[in-house]
Amino acid sequence: MRALGEVYRVLSVSDPGAPEPQPGQFAMIAAAARWGGGEDERPYLPRAFSIARRAGEESQFLLEDVGPGTRRLCELKAGDELWALGPLGVGFTAPSQGRRAILVGGGVGIAPLAILQDALGVDTTTVLLGFRDAPRTAGAELLSGAHLASDDGSAGHHGPVTDLLAEELGRDAHAVVYACGPSGMLEAVRALCATRTVPAQLALEAGMACGYGACFGCAVPRRGGGYLRVCVDGPVIDAAELEHVDEHAGAVA
Amino acid sequence: MSVAFCGLELSHPVINGSGTFDALAARRTFGENLLADFPFAAYVSKTITLEPRDGNPPPRLWEAPGGLINSIGLPNKGLERYLAEDLPALAELTSAVAERAGQTRSVPLITNVMGSTADEFSRLVEACEQRAEIAALELNVSCPNVKTGLDIGADPRQLKDVVAAVRDRTRKPLIVKLTPNTADVSLCALAAQEGGADAVSLINTLRATALAPGVRERVQRPPRRWLGGGTGGLSGPAIRAIALAQVASVAARVSIPVIGMGGVQSPAHARDLIDVGATLVAVGTESFRDPAAAARVAQGLAG
Repeated sequence: MRALGEVYRVLSVSDPGAPEPQPGQFAMIAAAARWGGGEDERPYLPRAFSIARRAGEESQFLLEDVGPGTRRLCELKAGDELWALGPLGVGFTAPSQGRRAILVGGGVGIAPLAILQDALGVDTTTVLLGFRDAPRTAGAELLSGAHLASDDGSAGHHGPVTDLLAEELGRDAHAVVYACGPSGMLEAVRALCATRTVPAQLALEAGMACGYGACFGCAVPRRGGGYLRVCVDGPVIDAAELEHVDEHAGAVA
Repeated sequence: MSVAFCGLELSHPVINGSGTFDALAARRTFGENLLADFPFAAYVSKTITLEPRDGNPPPRLWEAPGGLINSIGLPNKGLERYLAEDLPALAELTSAVAERAGQTRSVPLITNVMGSTADEFSRLVEACEQRAEIAALELNVSCPNVKTGLDIGADPRQLKDVVAAVRDRTRKPLIVKLTPNTADVSLCALAAQEGGADAVSLINTLRATALAPGVRERVQRPPRRWLGGGTGGLSGPAIRAIALAQVASVAARVSIPVIGMGGVQSPAHARDLIDVGATLVAVGTESFRDPAAAARVAQGLAG
């Protein structure tokens, strides 16, 4: 476990022999000991996290303490054991030859963009990251060469990261957008890309109990009716499949 | 360790609760591993309705103290597509499980159906009766009567009428999944037995709700509910003690077999249900936390 600024933690999990994850895939994680009995007698369910990086036989996850589950994980010490299930779900699809990848991330949602940048290469990606405030801006170190935006103006552009995306798309209308972050940001990315007819792949988040298609809890509305399951149809979903990014698509914390 | 249940021979006493394990999705995720270590002695389908259902709008889940409130809303393809697509795929899956085990085990398929009237139940049961892949039927009677608003399964008289109406439509074993949201579950169990049920299963989830976080800081009246469906059902370890009491109460009153479930996480919890009279035990919510949970419970019971 290492700190990434004052807010984020990078959890490294040794898992020799685990299947190599595709960028955008996730894992369900719980502490092996004392999972439960925290605030409100929680956590109970394992928590879903994007795989932020695979380095040798270690998988890395980006944490922020926002509830009893993430709090317990943030407390873990070197050598503590975890229960983990993964890699799960459908990840990102690489851009077709010659198209530039624009990676757009917000807050702790930048995690899957790191492993995506590892796969696509620094030279062929443009990285745009937005953070709430100065303590969180340190998260940008997870990726290389990021252009920053911040809600409080403490780093980079003072405003939403989608302002930077609009500029980038003005320069290169043939790019492919890969985004992960809070639902409001993802909806702004989706709407902007729809207007500019730029393909976008959105890594969604939703409260889920199982991660493997059993609980049907992580439903998000599909364009044209019905629902998609974030765990097995996603978490990376083609923006064209969505009418909008659901405001309730938050995770169990 | 094999168990006789309504004329079926099961390799052990652990099955799944309906709607807690999508075997087809799990096969896509876990592949060969699922076939080699298939956790259940019989497989119960999600609830099937006459018409397709999308399910409830999100959010659908709320983590409760020691448990989970769900408001999924029974999404399913509808009877026609279930019989045409999912049932053959499930039959292929379970025969592949048997093949891996050298035909030393079979995994009977139980189809769970729900209607809002006796007529709807009859149509569902008649269609299932025609299919050899289905070993038994389970009736989900936790659906409100469209006229009274009361759950069919919460009212012993209505429940008996519905079970009696479908009894003659099938020779397959008929299991009635009882709702715990009633005054006296053992009266409902007796009504199911008198209507002709071959077995009862319990408990279903307990009606529950949650308010949207931060709602107390708002002046909204009534306060906003978190779940898109408004109310949901509580499951998990939080309900285990209630399940044990209800299973004990029902098993003491009926002469037909009982499938016990509710918060089972370990072999000891399953043993408790068996000791108060359950013939089979179902693992539900714990499979969400660990797809191998039921296999662990079955192994522990055998050892």
